[in-house]
Amino acid sequence: MAQITLIEAVTQALAYEMRNDESVVVLGEDVGVNGGVFRATQGLQEQFGEMRVIDTPLDEATIAGLTIGLAVQGMKPVAEAQFEGFIYPMMEHIACHAARMRNRTRGRMTVPAVWRAPWGGGIRAPEHHSEANEHLFTNIPGLRVVMPSSPARAYGLLLAAIRDPDPVIFFEPKRIYRQYKEEVPDDGEALPLDVCFVLRDGTDVTLVTWGAQVKECLEAADELAQKGISAEVIDVATLTPLDFDTIAESVTKTGRCVIVHEAPKTAGFGAEIAARLAEECLYSLLAPVQRVTGFDTHIPLFRLEMKYLPSVERIVEAAERTLAAS
Amino acid sequence: MSIAAKFEIEYLQYLDQDGKETGKELPAFAKDLDHMVELYKLMVSTRVFDAKSIALQRTGKLGTYASCLGHEAAHVGIGSAMRREDSLAVSYREYGAQLYRGVKPREVYTYWGGDERGNDFADAPAHDFAWCVPIGTQCLHAAGSALAFKIRKEARVAVCTIGDGGSSKGDFYGAINVAGAQQLPMVAVIVNNQWAISVPRRIQSGSGTLAQKGIAAGLPCIQVDGNDIIAVRAAMEIALERARSGQGASVIEAVTYRLGDHTTADDARRYRGEQEVKDAWERDPIPRLRKWLEGKGKWDEAKEEAWKVECDDWMDNEVNAYLETKNQPATAMFDYLYAELPADLEAQRELVASLDRTS
Repeated sequence: MAQITLIEAVTQALAYEMRNDESVVVLGEDVGVNGGVFRATQGLQEQFGEMRVIDTPLDEATIAGLTIGLAVQGMKPVAEAQFEGFIYPMMEHIACHAARMRNRTRGRMTVPAVWRAPWGGGIRAPEHHSEANEHLFTNIPGLRVVMPSSPARAYGLLLAAIRDPDPVIFFEPKRIYRQYKEEVPDDGEALPLDVCFVLRDGTDVTLVTWGAQVKECLEAADELAQKGISAEVIDVATLTPLDFDTIAESVTKTGRCVIVHEAPKTAGFGAEIAARLAEECLYSLLAPVQRVTGFDTHIPLFRLEMKYLPSVERIVEAAERTLAAS
Repeated sequence: MSIAAKFEIEYLQYLDQDGKETGKELPAFAKDLDHMVELYKLMVSTRVFDAKSIALQRTGKLGTYASCLGHEAAHVGIGSAMRREDSLAVSYREYGAQLYRGVKPREVYTYWGGDERGNDFADAPAHDFAWCVPIGTQCLHAAGSALAFKIRKEARVAVCTIGDGGSSKGDFYGAINVAGAQQLPMVAVIVNNQWAISVPRRIQSGSGTLAQKGIAAGLPCIQVDGNDIIAVRAAMEIALERARSGQGASVIEAVTYRLGDHTTADDARRYRGEQEVKDAWERDPIPRLRKWLEGKGKWDEAKEEAWKVECDDWMDNEVNAYLETKNQPATAMFDYLYAELPADLEAQRELVASLDRTS
């Protein structure tokens, strides 16, 4: 079986589901002949034709609105926002229509659509190509916000997202698009949405994260282990609707929690998790919850971007702080 | 001088404001006088419905309501030209088109009366969009619908309506642009009623006509007298046939006038003169069609009175059905959010259920 990267797993999932379900179409800027700027749709137009792999005019609102029209009329569109920093013109359609359609028509009309977007920093890209803006979507009812952190989870979660009867924002951490390969059987098996994945068991502290930062957290857990500290690592995977039970169970066991994300700290999604821990798990906590996040600044242009993104060092330090407190 | 491109925009009118034929050969549907009587009757009932809506709002029985007074020819002309399998994406005052397609007055009252169930459209096509308050976005939903029809090779057309103000939005330009590029089976109708709340047509655009915006998208465009239902319907039939036969999209500008306020929350006396409105009443779409039908011996005062009584009875029945509609349980806010309620929302739903029980 072939070993594939995260981006190849995205392509594999798209191709599988397009073979499996002829209502699935892909649309966006450069998704056709060019196969997408990151090659996520490589070869799909050749296989499925121009009517199912659709290059659109260069207008993000057009892509988002077309996606809603397609979905309402019985297609399963997978739209690509070329970068998360270009998703803003799509937001009116996502927030005012995709997320509300089922509710405002009492189920008469639905939007079974996926918006894929390469997400996050760390690839020395130009301005507006490195944002972490998932928290702008997690506050919108009626949406699912999903972020894979490995080739296998990219494949399984994207299949689940396409099959889901409701709109899904699928953020792909571009920093780990090609970071490593793993075996991902092309068996059409989806992974569950609305579920956090416990990637490493531990007893002393829980590291909660998503997307590219999973890598730093696993490395931090290795370092902590060398210091005799046992860290549990949770990949949130579906941010909303949140599987808080898995997080609560872990933190109840460890008594300590460090939340790690790339987005700015204030009102980032980590704030929601910290608030839920305060509401529901306060008496299990042995130390204050810590957040290791991007700063409340714009992500700098690329010479400084790695100073912005949470590092293994910062995560280890935060975990040690929780242990020093108790 | 060499010319890279040039264009002209046809203006279409069959009946002048006095109900006299302009001399242009009437289209086939207009020669079926019984059908024209049906269209007239729907224009009248739409106006009765509209007056009833405003009365409901003024007596506290309806929320903010967007009136369609003066738009009856444009709206009924659009709706009556479409087939049931076509899809309609409106903004929020195209009741004449919607009533023709089976939306019930009680559903309109229910929506503006603060209840999502007004969007149920029990008898109207399930593929017709609900009212779209964010300006212009419905145009792209129509374009996406048209793309779905094209992909599936269905002989169906997506129609969107938008106002003169809405035609300033990027979503309108985006929709006609992609419709031109992809040859989508779509018809975009600009119902130009001269006013976007308080902002007049001249401030919206330097474009000589709004129809010609379609030229840049590569689309056939026409401007019609939007108070002449024969002109609106004729232009729609041509555009629908063009779309249905795979020849792509069109833009129609229907020139009309918003005789009422923008909504019941608006007071148009703040920004427009009495004389302009008086002049616009001279172009009222309903009397001109009535005069024309009377001239053909198909309508008279007795019929008018009898039909208005019927309309009143119909609307009273609809109003009663609306007023008898009980509120949804508060938990309804959760029950259509997702196909299945996510586990993480169960506690919030239970809280709402318990508060609902105690209130």
